[in-house]
Amino acid sequence: MSTEVAESKAAAVVVKESEPLFSKKNRKLLQNPLDGDNPITVQVLGICSALAVTVQVKPAIVMSLGVIFVTAFSSLFISLIRNTIPSRIRIIVQLSIVAMWVIIVDQVLKAYAYDVSKQLSTYVGLIITNCIVMGRLEAFAMGNKPWPSFLDGIGNGLGYGVILVIVAFFRELFGSGSVMGFKIFEAVGINYQGNGLMMLPAGACVIIGLIIWAQRARNGYSEEH
Amino acid sequence: MRQSNVYVVVYAAILTVVCGVLLAATAIGLKPKQQENIELERKKNILTAVGLASEGTDIAGVYNSQVNAYVVDAKGNKVEGMVVTDVDVAMEYKKPAAERLLPVYEIKSATNPEEIVNYVLPLYGYGLWDNIWGYVALEKDLNTIKGVTFDHRGETAGLGARIATEEIQERYVGKKIYSTEGELVSVTIMKGENGGGERSLEAYKGKDHQIDGMSGATITGKGVNEMLSDYLKMYDSFFKSNQSSISSL
Repeated sequence: MSTEVAESKAAAVVVKESEPLFSKKNRKLLQNPLDGDNPITVQVLGICSALAVTVQVKPAIVMSLGVIFVTAFSSLFISLIRNTIPSRIRIIVQLSIVAMWVIIVDQVLKAYAYDVSKQLSTYVGLIITNCIVMGRLEAFAMGNKPWPSFLDGIGNGLGYGVILVIVAFFRELFGSGSVMGFKIFEAVGINYQGNGLMMLPAGACVIIGLIIWAQRARNGYSEEH
Repeated sequence: MRQSNVYVVVYAAILTVVCGVLLAATAIGLKPKQQENIELERKKNILTAVGLASEGTDIAGVYNSQVNAYVVDAKGNKVEGMVVTDVDVAMEYKKPAAERLLPVYEIKSATNPEEIVNYVLPLYGYGLWDNIWGYVALEKDLNTIKGVTFDHRGETAGLGARIATEEIQERYVGKKIYSTEGELVSVTIMKGENGGGERSLEAYKGKDHQIDGMSGATITGKGVNEMLSDYLKMYDSFFKSNQSSISSL
């Protein structure tokens, strides 16, 4: 895993001009956050909303789409104007761009997916405090060209979304005995009493812990820092 | 140059204006669609409370043909010149009880438009973390509860948030808000739960003014109790004047 991280860092620093849109380096920007460089399980960012919006699969998917959209377009915008941003107010500039996209997502959801926006309630607004978004702006978009930054945004949003949906799948399955609202246990004829722990944020904590464990066991994690 | 104060100030100003314009444009562009959703949501909640909204119901159509809405004051008199959409229940909630404007939704029979079969009243209150609201539907005797819907902004998922589920709401069906002596007593969620689902319904069968509690959500339950009894009290004069007109018929 350490070589992977080193490679991704190298990719982050030198993305040369006139390379194909989906060159190997650019593909890595999309793939690394899904596993070896996952924002939730490896970088441990964005935990807050991962605990909050994962009671059911559907809101988790919408939340993921929202985060992917916000990270991608914030990264793109910041990268486009990165050479003009005065370094003394760069955090504020990043914040306003992120806030703008978050509000746009919130407004669009209210207009076209009212039920889901009600379920997500304040958490859409709280995308702005999601450490993944600003973390990627500061660490990547400020120093890279727009296209790689855009991909990096999508990659990290996806990495976040994958974990969110996995956690939501197990929480909905064991918490209310259904997936996407479909009563699985009832359908196969098992009388399943929902597990209350899975409905609470603590249940998400347990599942994320198990995911991190499984991932580290597979990727051969070792404490080296 | 990029570090000079003038540059920083001008940069910040331009950024603010650009973001501001984009946001204002989005908000104005999407407003009609959002209003439509809120309006549909209100109609849906009212019809859900009386059990007229199922999957695939033409909400707007049923509402237009079967609902007659008007506004009354705390003395039970109809307020002329006001329509229910003028009354924001959340805003009224901040006024003293005696000054509030109270919407009433009469549900007419699907077959006979002259006959009123149910009344639906809005509710608004405070749970554990944030506001809660809903509708209560009464039979035409203005005493028996036909159904309720509740919703919330921030009650704990799996605990207080259960007030928004059918499991809790069906416990209200058939309960009475007036005692046999004609005193307004409302319906109270008790403390402690008898196993949920059917067992909860069974445990409070025959008790007209009590329903089973929600384990782990006592404070949300108290909030719901206060909300229901507060609003029923406000509508008390309206109920009294209409009950007498019904019994005199």
